[in-house]
Amino acid sequence: MFESKAGIFFIAGVGFFVLAFLGNGVVPMIMYKDRPELTAEELVAGAPDPDEPDAWKVPPNRRVLVQFQDLAERWPEQFRTAFGEPTAEKCAEALRLGRQIYIGEGCWHCHSQFVRPVSNESLRYGPVSQSHEYDNELQRPVMFGTRRVGPDLSREGGRRGNDWHAVHFYKPNVVSNQSPMPEYPWFFDGAPDKPNRRGLALITYVQWLGSWLPDYPYYEELAEVTGE
Amino acid sequence: MKPAAAAVAEATVPAHDDLVDESIVMAHFVAGLVFLTISMLAGILMALQLVHWNPLKGVELLSPGRWRMVHTNAVAYGFLANAFLGSLNWAVPRMTFHPVASRALNWFIFWAWQVIVAAAAVGIIIGPSLQDQVWVMNLARDWHVPMSLGAQGLEWGETPFWIDPVALLGLALVAVNFMVPIAKSKGPMYVALWYFMAAFVWTFLTYAMGNLLPEYTVGGTSAGAIGGLFIHDLVGLFVTPLGWGLMYYFVPILLQKPVWSHGLSLVGFWGLAFFYPLQGIHHFLYTPIPMFLQYGAVISTIAVELVVATVVINFFGTLAGRSSAFVTNLPIRYFYTGMVFYFITCFQCALQVTLTFQKLIHFTDWVVGHAHLVMFGVFSLWLFGIMTYLIPRILRRPWWSHTLCVYHYWLSAGGLFVMFLDLTLAGVFQGYYWASLQPWDVSTIGSQPFWIVRVFAGLTMFAGLLCFLFNLWMTWRGAESTAAAALPARGAVPA
Repeated sequence: MFESKAGIFFIAGVGFFVLAFLGNGVVPMIMYKDRPELTAEELVAGAPDPDEPDAWKVPPNRRVLVQFQDLAERWPEQFRTAFGEPTAEKCAEALRLGRQIYIGEGCWHCHSQFVRPVSNESLRYGPVSQSHEYDNELQRPVMFGTRRVGPDLSREGGRRGNDWHAVHFYKPNVVSNQSPMPEYPWFFDGAPDKPNRRGLALITYVQWLGSWLPDYPYYEELAEVTGE
Repeated sequence: MKPAAAAVAEATVPAHDDLVDESIVMAHFVAGLVFLTISMLAGILMALQLVHWNPLKGVELLSPGRWRMVHTNAVAYGFLANAFLGSLNWAVPRMTFHPVASRALNWFIFWAWQVIVAAAAVGIIIGPSLQDQVWVMNLARDWHVPMSLGAQGLEWGETPFWIDPVALLGLALVAVNFMVPIAKSKGPMYVALWYFMAAFVWTFLTYAMGNLLPEYTVGGTSAGAIGGLFIHDLVGLFVTPLGWGLMYYFVPILLQKPVWSHGLSLVGFWGLAFFYPLQGIHHFLYTPIPMFLQYGAVISTIAVELVVATVVINFFGTLAGRSSAFVTNLPIRYFYTGMVFYFITCFQCALQVTLTFQKLIHFTDWVVGHAHLVMFGVFSLWLFGIMTYLIPRILRRPWWSHTLCVYHYWLSAGGLFVMFLDLTLAGVFQGYYWASLQPWDVSTIGSQPFWIVRVFAGLTMFAGLLCFLFNLWMTWRGAESTAAAALPARGAVPA
């Protein structure tokens, strides 16, 4: 058996692979099977509870919508060309596009998206990540990440203004001390105050990260950092 | 236990030319080296970016973020896969006494594979530039495919979605092509064939799992578990068994003695087969993936390190009595250097997989150093050794310069070891900077000395590759211009 073709093909090749897949892959699938995957539209506009007409299954996310509207007010011409009106529907579209830009440019190879319960991370970033935060379309496939050249971004939304992000994507060094992050001038029509469709979408996506939480600390105001 | 050759010693041994298509071995090696060159240049670009020396800033198609993905994918699918296929095309027919299923299929696989890897690289580089086109978004809505022509958000699985089915088909054809001679072989199977057989099954299953499930069916944290399983199995069930199988084939041939202990080979193979696939989740410790699954992954990781120790002991037992070969025989030196690095990798693994270590070193350059140690320090060195051994036999003349071969060894192994130590140390610093709640820029500025050393270590490794490429070019050019009389006799190839 241990040296036969059938033994190696069926036991080692197929058998052990399937065993590991059942144990490591199917177990969490079964555990979480009752959790529906929310769409980007539901994440922005909310989803009513089918059982109770006046309640929300998922409340609307006003924070990300406010950021999206801020983009429209801040750079009206650029925004109109890219998305038209700042509606919830358009915001969901921007989130989807922003996430794809985030993947395509490889942002996720230098920024993780989960806060661990160790190494003072909940002090630096905010609440430790929980499973339900990942049950939506914008986490498929989930980008936990394996490297942090830059900080974790899963609690980044709302920490900084849209203008900060625009300048940061255009030339990270200007607002972030000696940042090794690459420059992304192709998110703009020549100047940091002219973000294009890709730039606006990416800023919306980054402002969405963590915006579903009630609050998280401002690292800059921690007593450990200010020394007070 | 003796190689399968001994079991049929009385039977007539087929002629080498009927078994091995040497030109396809060479073609795979050359293609692999081309992708390795591209990959290392991409790595150097990313390294320069980190130390603010990137001379090509702000050029969209040369964005370090996109080329970082080309770097890893070109190594895995461009260099390692090609070099493995070349070596397998030599080893499998000679071990089984049967040629591959079809030479035509072999060439089809060769060209298809190059198109797949090149198209994946092009997709990763150009895809994001087309992302804001409306038709790309409609494609996703109308056809239920991932909304991108470029990279997908899964490490090692970045290959664009439109490549995945073609790559799977390619892997299935590879499996068929090599399984046929293995199935036809008589007598007990030699260790190397166990590893190869299992690897053909595992690679296909792993690739299918990682490139289909998290993208199309499973979501959320469960997809994270599958992703962990995928990046882990790709190393453990594709690269590792092919690498060790080739060691079990080439080392006894070069040392001209059998493997020290057949029992230990059995322990090594079955231990790897059982424990290795169980560990995927150890890449995502402290995530919201259920904790009991994380504990399981940690324990099976520690278990597999004991298995690895038996394999390494077996190979050093084989070397015993012939240890001068380590000095005099360059391929053997490559192989055993790789094995020492493998032992360091796995020893490191058993420690760093614990939750205690993870607290400090996860997300840091420690992990990057670990990845380079295993991918370059082990498997690339092994494949360099195999190439150093096979290429003169295929071209029928010695290397143009033995000195350049030695330089290739020292620059590769030395540069890699410096990079490994450097990044490991950098990881410890980064971990403490973060845990002590220093502002973020303290960690990136503090990393600069390490990142600068890394640039030069990488350039050293690249210089080694350039030595090898130049040597190959000169050897090949000489081979074409020299008369057949100068060729070494067939007998120069040990059976």
